[in-house]
Amino acid sequence: MTYILNTHEDQEAMLKAVGASSLEELFAMVPAELRLRRPLELPSAMGELELSAHLAELAARNTAVDRAVCFLGGGAYDHFVPAVVDFVAARSEFYTSYTPYQAEASQGNLQALFEYQTLIAQLTAMDVSNSSLYDGGSAAAEAVLMALSVAHRAERVVVAASVHPEYREVLATYLLNGNTELVTVAATDGAVAPAELAAAVNDRTACVLIQHPNFFGCLEDVGAAAEIAHRAGALLLVVFDPISLGLLKRPGDYGADIAVAEGQSLGNPLSFGGPYLGILACREPFFRRMPGRLVGQTIDRRGRRCWVLTLQTREQHIRREKATSNVCTNQALLALRAAVYLALMGPSGMRHVAELCLQKARYAAEKLTASGALSLAFQQPTFKEFALRVRNGNVNRLLEAARTKGIFAGLPLGRWYPELADCLLVAVTEKRTRSEIDRLAALVA
Amino acid sequence: MSDMSENLLFSKTHEWVRVESDARGAKIATVGVSAFAIQALTDLVYIELPQAGRQVTAGEPFGEVESVKAVSDLYSPVNGQIVEVNTAIVDHLDRLSADPYGAGWLVKIKLSDESALRDLLDPAAYQKQCEEASSE
Repeated sequence: MTYILNTHEDQEAMLKAVGASSLEELFAMVPAELRLRRPLELPSAMGELELSAHLAELAARNTAVDRAVCFLGGGAYDHFVPAVVDFVAARSEFYTSYTPYQAEASQGNLQALFEYQTLIAQLTAMDVSNSSLYDGGSAAAEAVLMALSVAHRAERVVVAASVHPEYREVLATYLLNGNTELVTVAATDGAVAPAELAAAVNDRTACVLIQHPNFFGCLEDVGAAAEIAHRAGALLLVVFDPISLGLLKRPGDYGADIAVAEGQSLGNPLSFGGPYLGILACREPFFRRMPGRLVGQTIDRRGRRCWVLTLQTREQHIRREKATSNVCTNQALLALRAAVYLALMGPSGMRHVAELCLQKARYAAEKLTASGALSLAFQQPTFKEFALRVRNGNVNRLLEAARTKGIFAGLPLGRWYPELADCLLVAVTEKRTRSEIDRLAALVA
Repeated sequence: MSDMSENLLFSKTHEWVRVESDARGAKIATVGVSAFAIQALTDLVYIELPQAGRQVTAGEPFGEVESVKAVSDLYSPVNGQIVEVNTAIVDHLDRLSADPYGAGWLVKIKLSDESALRDLLDPAAYQKQCEEASSE
């Protein structure tokens, strides 16, 4: 990228063009009390060699997951990224391209996104997927806004306390200035009790939002949730784990109306928290209320297969303030990586990864609780993640002890759930080995 | 616009209204979209209509019609409650252009008051508005 200089001569030329005699005159309308009357407090410029060394030193202060053993989860997971994902995504046609304003000029990009949408629809058993959103949290909030519009009800949204706490924070922010009541149903013993859910849902409820497997790794009674929601005329919105769908029923199979997910697990690195990938798919009757961009397949005037942005009448540049969402872009490169990952794995590969996660997580749960120093926090079926209670209550000391041995043992839950201050969340992906799990078990015994 | 029925009223936003009395004497307004507007919208792809029972206010949207290039709101020309919806039209958008003042009707609204009718245009005035729009 070109570094754009701003020389004294450039400034003079620009001032002349706008008819100002000096910078002082140009900024005269800015009130004096808002003006900074001193230089910015920045260190002096470094030479290239010095700067490289400085950045390397800063980067070395981080501990990347490839230099530690990672049992961290809670929405972002250390899954294996096959080399072919990097290979395809690093091709300059994809890696350096920015969506042209005439999107159809870049058929390759549109085709890749169309493949992504198709794969997501197959993975979730939903009818339509958009071409992606920013991350799991905003996808969940966008799904709720979509449900408010579809249901023609904006009075109440019911969300399970076992949905990712940060997703719920994003949702609360989205709903802050509306008139929608956000009702949170407790997740007693790690999952929502159908009776408690039913009690919170009334005939003014637009949607029920649950996560399955939930934030604690536990499976929810999604069939009951679907029935409760639909009986009240509300939609069922589900946050799913894409990797779990190698084994678990797909959202479309148990009655979800809108399914959303964090897509980082699908071939995207942890990258210290982002950029990530928001997945959103829905049933056919609702697709005109979808947020974001949609790629469609059609034929050109010579009858050849081609791709276009479709249903743009939902979007801001046409529908203005009545647009379904203010999202007018997508997470193209990460969606491409997800598409490559899914295409590579196929149904059997997805099943294999899910089985490995399940079996290794099961093994880890048994080993880690064997000594009695740790116990399972909840008596629920789990997938690749589970909550552990520390008998002596000192979660941070355990995590610190593990960290000095190069192990990220888990996520302390007290930050979001004060009642679980003596608990941590442990995630076990297919990358964890028996010896890694045994090392952690020996450490906590 | 030779097919325009003389007993219709029109809104400036291109909805037509036919007011009739039902068996109990209540005033029922049948509402649709004018032939001029249908033609201007070009290829229609989708229409969203409200559910029966909904209260509507003159000048407020009650639905949307989508063409290949734009989405336009459908504005209620009257005050009242929607008592019937032409749900069949959702799958037969061709009826809107083939018979806009007949089979192309959209909703029937039981009037709560007749005040909004005073703001509507008679066929001649509406035709004049359309001619002015076309010549712009």
